[in-house]
Amino acid sequence: MKQRRPVRRALSGITLLTAAALSLTACSSAGQAEKADVSLTDRGPISYVSSPDASGAAQQSIDAWNDTHPDEQVSWIELPLDADQQRQQMAQNAQVKGSTYTILNLDVVWTSEFAANRWITELPKDVIAIDDAIPATIAAASYRDTLYAAPYYTDGALLYSRTDLLTAAGVNSPPETWAQLEEACTAVLALPEAADMSCYAGQFDKNEGLTVNFSEAVNSANGSLFDAEGTPTVDTPEALTALNFLVDGFASGMIPQAAITYQEEQGRQAFQDGNLVFLRNWPYVYASFNATDGSSSVQSKFATSPIPGENGPGVSTLGGRNIAISSFAENKATALEFITFFTGRDQQSDRLELSSRAPVFSEFFADETVTERLPYLPDLLTSLEKAQPRPTVVNYGATTAAIQNEIYAALTGVKTPEAALADLQVALSDITSN
Amino acid sequence: MMTTTQIERQTTARRPQTVKVGDGRMAALLLSPTFLVLALVVAYPLLSAFRQSLYRSQSGLDDDGFVVTGDVFVGLGNYVNIFTGTEAGRFYNALWNTTFFTFTTVGLEVIIGVAFAVAMNRAFRGRALLRASILIPWAIPTAVSGLLWRWIFQADGVVNSITGVEVLWTAEGFAAQAAVIVAEVWKTAPFIGLLVLAGMQIIPGEIYEAAKLDGANAWRQFIGITLPLVRPALLVAVLFRMLDALRMFDLPFVLIGPRKSSVETLSILAWDESNQLNYGTASAFSIILLIYVAVIAYAFIKILGADIVEAKARRATPKKKATR
Repeated sequence: MKQRRPVRRALSGITLLTAAALSLTACSSAGQAEKADVSLTDRGPISYVSSPDASGAAQQSIDAWNDTHPDEQVSWIELPLDADQQRQQMAQNAQVKGSTYTILNLDVVWTSEFAANRWITELPKDVIAIDDAIPATIAAASYRDTLYAAPYYTDGALLYSRTDLLTAAGVNSPPETWAQLEEACTAVLALPEAADMSCYAGQFDKNEGLTVNFSEAVNSANGSLFDAEGTPTVDTPEALTALNFLVDGFASGMIPQAAITYQEEQGRQAFQDGNLVFLRNWPYVYASFNATDGSSSVQSKFATSPIPGENGPGVSTLGGRNIAISSFAENKATALEFITFFTGRDQQSDRLELSSRAPVFSEFFADETVTERLPYLPDLLTSLEKAQPRPTVVNYGATTAAIQNEIYAALTGVKTPEAALADLQVALSDITSN
Repeated sequence: MMTTTQIERQTTARRPQTVKVGDGRMAALLLSPTFLVLALVVAYPLLSAFRQSLYRSQSGLDDDGFVVTGDVFVGLGNYVNIFTGTEAGRFYNALWNTTFFTFTTVGLEVIIGVAFAVAMNRAFRGRALLRASILIPWAIPTAVSGLLWRWIFQADGVVNSITGVEVLWTAEGFAAQAAVIVAEVWKTAPFIGLLVLAGMQIIPGEIYEAAKLDGANAWRQFIGITLPLVRPALLVAVLFRMLDALRMFDLPFVLIGPRKSSVETLSILAWDESNQLNYGTASAFSIILLIYVAVIAYAFIKILGADIVEAKARRATPKKKATR
């Protein structure tokens, strides 16, 4: 009681100061990029910097290495699950030239940015097994024809279809074109048991999934987001066809209105609950759909196929992860040897038993012991053989933000498709020109 | 009324103080660790961020495709750009959202929080249980409650199932703002309730008894006794909440998502810039937010919380207050 007023005044003072301190983000200045050290020398303990791996498969590979390399131990530095935070921590480590991080587990879309900033080291092409890997995964690990990383695992789009309903409606093969997709939907939705269902969904919420779905649509309509020189090419008839496929889909009800809020998980739930005939998603949802514990109402009623396109099978975007060496790390010779071990054939094979992540070597996709457990692999391989990396631009963060802004505006009817693409062309030109 | 005066006298009675020569130097010496810590954790980041906000990192690609970067001194260029540049609309939108969220959420929280406090202050069976349960939302981390509300508000979520209307809460528009306001009020109304309850518990029961004898009903007692006496506690709670709400980041970020213009706040804007490694602009946003927070807090204390600042003056004349 006695001290009430003075304490209160002090408290409000402290609040002001705390608010002041908290409203400031931690900042560090970006220094001049220096010529990276290209010689991979020195041996000793190194670190593996990555998001957590719940399957335990990566840890198994690291344990196998540590058992035979007592003086060159690999320690795992675990980063948050959120991809943006991983990128930010790795970028900050690079900006202060920290030597704590040796081996970086990079999303394929960050590889160009890290390479262009010289944050990661060039890798010798003769040491990494590039000939056995799916070509698109090597392209996604390279920047301007130089290899900067080794592909770790890969990911591509699959179309999940309700085979039971398609058969009942007399549709015998999964759709290969957008027109076939719409025809199949019309036939299926006419069935009494499909009365409350919607036709098709992908990932259309304003996040990375939207960039993926739009770039797949553009590539599937024979367009591209950027040409070979890196100039944006989104104000084109092909891109307009692609965007119209999505915008008209929402307008006609082929894509349910709720899909504007769908990220990967919401779409998975909708398909799993039996509300969708077709779903574009990653291979990881297969296990949920196939669950036999009663959580899935589509178990044994669905099949996978490559995604459809404008005039034929569509073009998947490429997901997955690459393994690279930080330019500022020590013991790079050990690091290179670990990468060849970690991404090599034997370890990929061993990890397949624990993890459902798709390997980068095409031979596994035909291996019966593997496909028995992961039956979608042949379809995924078809998808990956045509797959295109997402834009390999240096400033990927700004690029994907611009794409999401304009495409989301078009899908929600704030802008016409033509205006959105024209604005996107201007925005992307700004980003790539500086 | 006599009772109030006595209480005021009691609270403001102080021990006599004697100041000796050398006390000031000793006090400064004893306080120096505090000042050192404050300088390190408050002054340094503040000045560093301000310095950073005067620079812009410029990057380009050399012939081999490598990034060439350098920090260029641009003076107040980042600030000018924020207020009048091509992206100025985004800034004003974020400023409006921040202000809108602050005033709507804090307003609702005050009403609900005071109601909580009145309920918690009653003596009845299970009061401890009620108090604990009301505080649960406050104890849940904001990011977690953001996820919880995301499930509730998603297209096939609880809210749409109960109402039977499909509202896309997590897309853009007023529905998204409403979702953020509901989640924020749910989370922080207990905080105001708790502070107001603390204020209520030190109001002596005799005052209410006296009021009853004078024939005041419950509503009259609330208006005439409870509210004026919890006002100091309530004002501190509201000030805390306003400073907190002006920095709002995690709830709209997790519940609705980044870069959604209808819920984008100044903090999210600063995060977005720093995520693109534009630390200069990000720092400028933070400094603007800091100034805005300071202005709002100052205005609040000036207009509403006069007794916080004038406490000292009033202590000298307790009778004046008692006659109010």
